[in-house]
Amino acid sequence: MRSLAAVIQTMTAYETVIGLEVHCELATASKMFCGCPNEFGTEPNTNVCPVCLGLPGSLPVLNARAVEYALRVAEALHLEVPDRSVFSRKNYFYPDMPKNYQTSQYDEPITVNGWLDIDGVRVGITRAHLEEDTGKSQHIGVGGRIHDADFSLVDYNRAGVPLLEIVSEPDIRSAEQAKRYVEELRATLLAVGVSDVKMEEGSLRIDANVSVRSPGSDALGTRTEIKNLNSLRSLLRAIDYEADRQWTRTQAGEKVVQETRHWDEEGGRTISGRSKEEAHDYRYFPEPDLVPVEPTGQMREHVRESMPELPGARRARYVEQWGIAAEDARILVDVPGLAEYAEHAVAALAGDGGSAKDVVNWVRQDVLAYLNETGLAPAVLAPEMLAELVGLVAGGTISRQQAKDVLAESLREDKWPRSIVESRGISQVSDEGAIAEVIDRVLATNPGVADEYRAGDDGARKKKWGFLMGQVMRELKGKGNAQVINRILEQRLAGG
Amino acid sequence: MAADVRAGTRSAREVLDEYFDAITDREPEVHAFNVVLSEEAREAAAAVDAAVARGDDPGPLAGVPIALKDNMCTRGIPTTCSSRILDGWRPPYDATVVQRLRAAGAIVVGKTNLDEFAMGSSTENSAFGPTRNPHDLSRVPGGSSGGSAAAVAAGFAPLALGSDTGGSIRQPAALCGVVGVKPTYGVVSRYGLVAFASSLDQIGPFATTVEDAALLLEVIGGHDPLDSTSIARPAPDLLSGLGDGVSGLRVGIVDEMTEIEGIEPGVRDAVRAAGAGLEAAGAKVDTVSVPSATYGISAYYLIAPAEASSNLARYDGVRYGLRVDADDVAHMNAATRESGFGPEVKRRIMLGTYALSAGYYDAYYGQAQRVRTLILRDFERVYEQFDALLAATSPTVAFELGAKTADPLAMYLCDVCTVPANLSGHPAMSVPFGTGEAGLPVGVQVLAPTLGEPTMFRVAGAIEAAGGRTPR
Amino acid sequence: MADRITRADVEHVAQLARLALSETEIVSLTKELGAILDHAAQVSALDTHDVPPTAHPLPIANVFRADEARPCLPRDEVLAAAPVAQEQRFQVPRILGEEP
Repeated sequence: MRSLAAVIQTMTAYETVIGLEVHCELATASKMFCGCPNEFGTEPNTNVCPVCLGLPGSLPVLNARAVEYALRVAEALHLEVPDRSVFSRKNYFYPDMPKNYQTSQYDEPITVNGWLDIDGVRVGITRAHLEEDTGKSQHIGVGGRIHDADFSLVDYNRAGVPLLEIVSEPDIRSAEQAKRYVEELRATLLAVGVSDVKMEEGSLRIDANVSVRSPGSDALGTRTEIKNLNSLRSLLRAIDYEADRQWTRTQAGEKVVQETRHWDEEGGRTISGRSKEEAHDYRYFPEPDLVPVEPTGQMREHVRESMPELPGARRARYVEQWGIAAEDARILVDVPGLAEYAEHAVAALAGDGGSAKDVVNWVRQDVLAYLNETGLAPAVLAPEMLAELVGLVAGGTISRQQAKDVLAESLREDKWPRSIVESRGISQVSDEGAIAEVIDRVLATNPGVADEYRAGDDGARKKKWGFLMGQVMRELKGKGNAQVINRILEQRLAGG
Repeated sequence: MAADVRAGTRSAREVLDEYFDAITDREPEVHAFNVVLSEEAREAAAAVDAAVARGDDPGPLAGVPIALKDNMCTRGIPTTCSSRILDGWRPPYDATVVQRLRAAGAIVVGKTNLDEFAMGSSTENSAFGPTRNPHDLSRVPGGSSGGSAAAVAAGFAPLALGSDTGGSIRQPAALCGVVGVKPTYGVVSRYGLVAFASSLDQIGPFATTVEDAALLLEVIGGHDPLDSTSIARPAPDLLSGLGDGVSGLRVGIVDEMTEIEGIEPGVRDAVRAAGAGLEAAGAKVDTVSVPSATYGISAYYLIAPAEASSNLARYDGVRYGLRVDADDVAHMNAATRESGFGPEVKRRIMLGTYALSAGYYDAYYGQAQRVRTLILRDFERVYEQFDALLAATSPTVAFELGAKTADPLAMYLCDVCTVPANLSGHPAMSVPFGTGEAGLPVGVQVLAPTLGEPTMFRVAGAIEAAGGRTPR
Repeated sequence: MADRITRADVEHVAQLARLALSETEIVSLTKELGAILDHAAQVSALDTHDVPPTAHPLPIANVFRADEARPCLPRDEVLAAAPVAQEQRFQVPRILGEEP
């Protein structure tokens, strides 16, 4: 852990220039070029056919929904859609590639020139194109890493799964900004329903291109590509490490080598992936087994009409309608399913049973904490239960403090808050008449305290108040509604 | 024949046995087949006969034996492309054309020999030994579909399927004296055809008569949703207009595909005679120039190997076929491919990889694809004034085994008359017309515009009639 | 005749194409490919600056399939063809070098 001073010093010493390549698995029912199901986690080599296995004689046919999804993303990321788009073969040998070429897009991708706004900064998006995924290989040997393997085993289930590759301009200037970009992109992809964007399942993969330069310079330094970033945390750490590594080299008068590097999570560093292989000549040429895609006005109109609310608009809506803070709105929209849960809970509130703001506070703190702890998705929770809880607090039946416990049990046991309150018998006494009675009794039993209160200074007042409160609460066995007690006690002490 | 079988006057089994007798008799010397499917064929014939007995419709090709080039996938049956790298491979699926043939009641009698991966013009590039021309066993049958052409010529089956990328159906048809057709690109599904050059490959029929070829094309043609390059139309209707004659049709004899260096006099004379025959039948025959056709070979020998180099990358010893072991996978790939591919295949892979490689793409592959546009435009311009074209198919009759194997370039020049139609995608077919040198068969080539098969077949039929062969 | 393609070119291309060529093959291919390329280079003589390339002979576009799942191949058939299979997967000797 570096000292703050050291961090600050390097922060001002150089500028980091970052571009991100994000591969997103499209959530179609079938693969890109064949009818095999697009599923995660099935038994090896059970989800294959002549086409995705690349058997001799097989031919690809393009999935219409993959094209639709690409057009949706184009709409959401303000990308242009050229009249004509073509698939190309990217030729290289690797065992997880059934044809030893990947059907991808090269010089005529389906969308180009868009942008995404991150906290007021516009990050350009160079292009987004369609391509097929490869199979997966597992390296068997001493370390389980490719370098000490004796042999590898290949599963082609994933071969042919549709991918959308989204390439940003090198407009990102910090690791934190990179993280925000990914979060916003993820929320957008989720909102338009094209992917479940789970980094941990591989449906969202990130490669970062990083270079450094002197502050104020226009020139771009030599960049490296960092792969194997499996989480946002890795992304942050890797970018910081790599930028620092590059600057240190530059300062020492050494050149930064343009190469691919791998993030080593355990070691906390990037490692050169340089192999003995030749530089890659992919020999791109137009895919002769597929015909061009010419997106029609009708296709684009259809996509426009069915565009859902995008994250930016959604956040703004919550801030305006619910009066919550921008940061809270961002969390709601970033966590998949959380905003839906909150909306349902708000809709389930009774007339005077609390506000949307109340709901959001609970969601933001306790509910989210619970979801993070258990790894569950918001979809498994019943939002009506939260609404009931908020109503119980608003109506004075339980205090906020009590509600925390009740909510915890409600979430864990999937029980209605009201039934928990009843079975625990913890409902507060909020009845004004009952409380007034107790207060009068306490005052009567403690004559003079009221006078001491009225006559005393701030310090004395505090003590007397505390004493009286304590007595009242004791009488109510701790279940007094503090707000009601406060109000009535104050009235009495003021002379009413 | 199919009509007889359906009517019950002959049994499929009977028909089959006749052909198997011919196979037993001459196959050892011709070597048309990589595998003869006696058992499967007999079962299929029995099924056809049973259907007829039940009163079910057994299909338009009921009981007709057919030979298939061994680069078409047949489920559970070895499909080798005459290469060691696929020796013993049994596909887990049938090509679309195979499915259609079975549905039509045809009986697959065997998989025929070819130049390895369809690369060649003589069937001498087969890993399993050459096929010999049934008319003269010291000579080649042509290629790459030499086995299919020879099978029909030798009477092993009345019908066969081949594939044509640069002339691989038409040229062997000419050399073996049978009818061979390359349809419009996209008319016949390529699903299940082991790819050589994807933008050029087409499956097509071999037959002894123009009418039989038409019938076969009707059965196998038509849109296939499994092939993105398949034309969105049903199979062409060829038979109904076949007898319409050629009166008033404008036919052009292509200079650049007839008056060429190295063309044998017998071949040139045959083309002229065919033209004369068409004129006698009422067609208007003239000569015509298609200047860019001269560049066909150069463009072809950049485009085809380039696509092939990519299509053949999948043969790497990982998922099927031959594996030659090594310490690491890249060396295993290289050793497997070195051992499994023959010299011509290696040559074309090298050529194609080079033509696509960084720094050379524009000059070679890129330029060839632009020349292709020139050729296409030239033909379209000509087809505004002509309904069909006439040309030689092969500049020579069948040559002797070994005559051209020393010089690859000499072998490539066999294709000079046939490649233009592959580059343009237009249909073309070879019709036997008399004999040339040493009494060997000569074929003349009929070409037509996109989806012009009906006209093409009419002209071919008229040539056939003029040549003294009456359709059955 | 100048060397249109050099020996070094041939070796490099053989690497790209995963062909472990023998010494004899390298020598003969250098010569043969040179001759073929000379012939094929006739195309460079033509003026094509205004001419678009033809990647497909047909002017077809927008061929799609509906996004519906269909049956896959049975695994034993898939693995039956494998030169070496292990744990339901295709075994290969070790992979040197990362995926590009």
